[in-house]
Amino acid sequence: MDVSLSVRRFNPDASRPEPYFQEYGIQVEKSATVLDALIKIREEVDGTLTLRCSCRSAICGSCAMRVNGQAALACNTKVVDAVEQAGGSVVVEPAGNLEVIKDLVVDFQPFWGKVRDVEPWLQTAGPEPEQEYIAPNEDMLHLAGVMSCIMCGACVSDCTVLEVDPNFLGPAALAKAYRFVGDPRDDANAGRLSNLNEYGGVWDCTRCMQCVEACPKGVDPMGRIMALRDRAMEAGFTNSHGARHAEAFTESVEHSGRVDELRLPIKSKGGIFNVPEMLKLVPVGLRAQMKGKRPPIIHRKNPGQHNVRRIFEKVEDKR
Amino acid sequence: MKYAFYPGCVSRGAAPELFAATVEACAKLGIELDFEPMKTASCTGSGVLQEKNQRLGDTLNARTFALAERSGLPLLTICSTCQGVMSQANQRLKSDPGYLAEVNADLSEEGLEYGGNADPRHLLWVLVEDLGLDKLKSMVVRPMTGFRVAPFYGCYLVRPSSALDLDEKPERRDSLERVIEAVGAQVVDFPGKTLCCGFPILMINETNAVKMVANHTTDAKSRGADAMVTPCPLCHLNLDGYQPQASSMHAQPIDLPILHLPQMLGLALGIDPKAMRLNKHIVSTEKLLSEVAISA
Ligand code: FES
Repeated sequence: MDVSLSVRRFNPDASRPEPYFQEYGIQVEKSATVLDALIKIREEVDGTLTLRCSCRSAICGSCAMRVNGQAALACNTKVVDAVEQAGGSVVVEPAGNLEVIKDLVVDFQPFWGKVRDVEPWLQTAGPEPEQEYIAPNEDMLHLAGVMSCIMCGACVSDCTVLEVDPNFLGPAALAKAYRFVGDPRDDANAGRLSNLNEYGGVWDCTRCMQCVEACPKGVDPMGRIMALRDRAMEAGFTNSHGARHAEAFTESVEHSGRVDELRLPIKSKGGIFNVPEMLKLVPVGLRAQMKGKRPPIIHRKNPGQHNVRRIFEKVEDKR
Repeated sequence: MKYAFYPGCVSRGAAPELFAATVEACAKLGIELDFEPMKTASCTGSGVLQEKNQRLGDTLNARTFALAERSGLPLLTICSTCQGVMSQANQRLKSDPGYLAEVNADLSEEGLEYGGNADPRHLLWVLVEDLGLDKLKSMVVRPMTGFRVAPFYGCYLVRPSSALDLDEKPERRDSLERVIEAVGAQVVDFPGKTLCCGFPILMINETNAVKMVANHTTDAKSRGADAMVTPCPLCHLNLDGYQPQASSMHAQPIDLPILHLPQMLGLALGIDPKAMRLNKHIVSTEKLLSEVAISA
């Protein structure tokens, strides 16, 4: 079949050091992947096109890039599907949120740096066992998904927080952190969770689910971040804005069945005695007040709230 | 067309204009809203309560679904987040009968049982799937010709695609664009339309949340948008309420009015802008309304 690809090119050393799109028309087999098409372009049409790949089987994680605006493994994406989705030329761009070195190749240094920051190795206390560390099968099962991460960076590419804040650890590193926090053999949880509770850690995720959708391996990074939040709160790290927000939100639903939008920000920010934080809320509150948009001061309970409260008691008892 | 109406916390709290506009627009469209069945329903948990306890969130939503089943009416939502959280809970409950039975055990004291048949639908989907775009078009009395509108879905209405049945119902993927066209306006496409508005981290990392507002609103504006429309009141709270802060990150005011979906419908259906509280937004809609020759 005849297909056309619109590839984002960039060469800092060229006479034209600005990114631009280049159209390539080629013939490929119906079964071809986007990677097959790119390799064909490189080999038969334009030897200057630069990309990373190795296994061509969605194992090595080298070929993550954006196809039609969404991160994917090029070797795991059929050209036919991409053409259908694009309704024309398939748009191929380098992965997002990482600096482009050339064409479709991005700099993975910050990616590896963040993975290293979460100390992705087993840290045990006590004397070393004579042979291997043993863990019960059922305690390791919940880690099977996260261990299938191939470090391709698709999740990082499409993370909406990294787009505005490069300081965020990001979905890949946080999923890796969960892999060790959740490991029954690891004894460094207190320190790990304390670090993850800091600025740039688990609470900075917006829950936008871009990483869940982008991951080619079903790692569910966001789900792992949520699990880390839960573990952090369980371990007593309850003093962050995020933990207080989750706490106040849950309390409000337990109390009235719904969210108390007037008190939620106050509680999340550490209560009315946290004066600097409270002052920051003032301009927004005033503007809303002037427009008559302030939430009701008297927060009424839903009728039949005792039924909701009973569910809270029953379910929370099970933990 | 009658629905068990689930208004959500925000339309009864910080975004009363959404509630007003929904009631007005649905009345015009012949979408009957029954308030009774959901009277005692709780918050969905919004994904926040789920951070602490997902089982608790699923039980609360199962209760809401059971209430809807008891009424025999389909469940209608007007918030992307409510819809998404419900769809995710429903997916977990429906796919695991053992789990559903355990959750039902906690509902039994109230005499409720979720049979697994609820199908919560956002108003946006109801317009496309139940009412039909042709019907909607035929009801437009004040076509918004020459009016350029950027869509903004809200994360929970686009991801995860499996919980939202986007593969089975692909028309959901561009439903907002189709509705913008149906009311006679022109779609301003931009990559941010399915990304995050930043609201969930507003209380946690305001700088990042406001940067997201700035990026999306300036991008849409630079592509020629006169306004942005969203089916999510949380996106609205951030994109509208924090636009002044976002503007201060830039040299000049962004000044992009943000409309709730039912407000846009209402304008095209000839409803008085004041009845939909379009004068209550943080970013003024006055200029916009005068430009489309609708006086506020
Ligand atoms: S080439 Fe190895 S994952 Fe694509």
